[in-house]
Amino acid sequence: MSGTQVLIALAYLVAAVLFILGLKHLSSPKGARNGNFIAALGMVVALAATVPLLHFTRAGVTIIVIGLVIGTVVGTVGARMVHMTAIPQMVALFNGVGGGAAALVAVSELLRLGTHAPLAESFPSVFSIVIGSVSFAGSAVAFAKLQELMTGTPITYPRQQVVNGLIAVAIVVFALAVLLIASVPLTFVPLMLLALVLGVAFVLPIGGADMPVVISLLNACTGLAVAASGFTLNNFALIVAGTLVGASGSLLTKLMSDAMGRSISNILFGAFGQVQKAAVGASGAVARSVRSASAEDLGTLLAYSQRVIIVPGYGLAVAQAQHAARELADALEKRGVDVEYAIHPVAGRMPGHMNVLLAEANVPYEQLKEMDQINDDFKNADVALIVGANDVVNPAARNTPGSPIYGMPILNADQAKNIIFMKRSMRPGFAGIDNELMFEPKTVMFFGDAKDSLTKLVSAVKAA
Amino acid sequence: MNQLLDEVTFFVLAVFIGFEVISKVPTILHTPLMSGTNAIHGIILVGALLIAAGADTPVNVALGLVAVTLATTNVVGGFVVTDRMLEMFKGRQPAKPTGTPLSPSGRGPGRGA
Repeated sequence: MSGTQVLIALAYLVAAVLFILGLKHLSSPKGARNGNFIAALGMVVALAATVPLLHFTRAGVTIIVIGLVIGTVVGTVGARMVHMTAIPQMVALFNGVGGGAAALVAVSELLRLGTHAPLAESFPSVFSIVIGSVSFAGSAVAFAKLQELMTGTPITYPRQQVVNGLIAVAIVVFALAVLLIASVPLTFVPLMLLALVLGVAFVLPIGGADMPVVISLLNACTGLAVAASGFTLNNFALIVAGTLVGASGSLLTKLMSDAMGRSISNILFGAFGQVQKAAVGASGAVARSVRSASAEDLGTLLAYSQRVIIVPGYGLAVAQAQHAARELADALEKRGVDVEYAIHPVAGRMPGHMNVLLAEANVPYEQLKEMDQINDDFKNADVALIVGANDVVNPAARNTPGSPIYGMPILNADQAKNIIFMKRSMRPGFAGIDNELMFEPKTVMFFGDAKDSLTKLVSAVKAA
Repeated sequence: MNQLLDEVTFFVLAVFIGFEVISKVPTILHTPLMSGTNAIHGIILVGALLIAAGADTPVNVALGLVAVTLATTNVVGGFVVTDRMLEMFKGRQPAKPTGTPLSPSGRGPGRGA
């Protein structure tokens, strides 16, 4: 080992330690931002240490410079311009490109290794191509669903599992062909295409509400694909960082599905859609009436309450209504009303998403209450004001064993003395099921865009 | 063979560290943590650089260019978007008087890429 090699190895070690420290800090609220910075520093160290390893061709220098410039511009602009509400799909996108990069690196390695690559190098490449491509295509579909470029409802068709199974079998066949017969474009290009198809087919039947879990899983997958590339390239930094992400990402996926009260397999394998049909069939499509009221009436109700709990949901996020919600809270507080926000762990589209949005609107930290803190207080509240939330207050989670969301912890909004349910329409939430709460006698529906409705309520409260 | 053994060792140990290091995460940090780990797997940029530097055929040039571009987007976008999320959390710490009205927000990490 030459001196340079020792230095490079040590720098990679430093980078690995920085990644681990970064992750450690990222998982506690105090040091989270520093954690991200530490991890970024680790990245800089790893990249700098790689430079002496590069043997440039003329074309190599050019494409690296071009790639770095384009990637930096796209990444920075994308990350800076995106609305806070669109963060989940942005993460999906950044995850997807990472997976794509891993797959392309593996393709390039197979080309270099030639027809009879040693198994120790070709196997990780094949793994990286498959997993990286699945992650790329799956993330693209997740992005499209969250960005509402396509429907967020599960897309199902007959024999879907069989079709997916066949694609998976075909992938195994081509993978074996690459490994045992010949690693030539004729074998690994179809492999890559099939993996892309599988990525799409895998995410299509999963509903928009479950995308965070899917993205987290694909994130872990990309990590493993990167680690596999590390085996092919014999690069310590790739192995360690990729594996760290693969392991912590898998655990995070489990934590997220736990927070939703569901199992990972339940989320991934379309059980949601199937149970839902049964539940709808049982309750039947009976047209039931709901109460609705004018902004003036509701403004008076709110203004003369003692205690109001706002339950924000994704509807608030899409309507960019977090500032309007804060205005309403301010107007109410001016009149001496106690206002708090009840944040469900999966409010918004990702765990913690709602906290970020409300923090952006400068809602004081003390007013944000987590589910466990506030659930016993709903019975003392005069009004539960539900803004664009649905499934997280659906009593079916408590009362209806056949319901797809049965067992999910919910906010006890139904225990408040009055319930104002602000919604765009009677359309069911992401889970695609009716909410009994809307039909309760003490519930008043207030239809419209969350931002407009809140603004109307603000003036009604001021006038009351 | 020796090298492969070393690599498998690193891999296995890293799996355990990955599990251990985030054992307890409050729900509010799930999204930033996902985004942060997402940025870290952008380390594939190291691999992309290794294959791009020596590119000599048109196919390799194309592969290298796309791989470096995608990986750089992953790294830079990942760290910047995570920082943006966490910036929000800082704003609501009530007891910290250090918060001058406008923090230098242009100082996103990941610029080193």
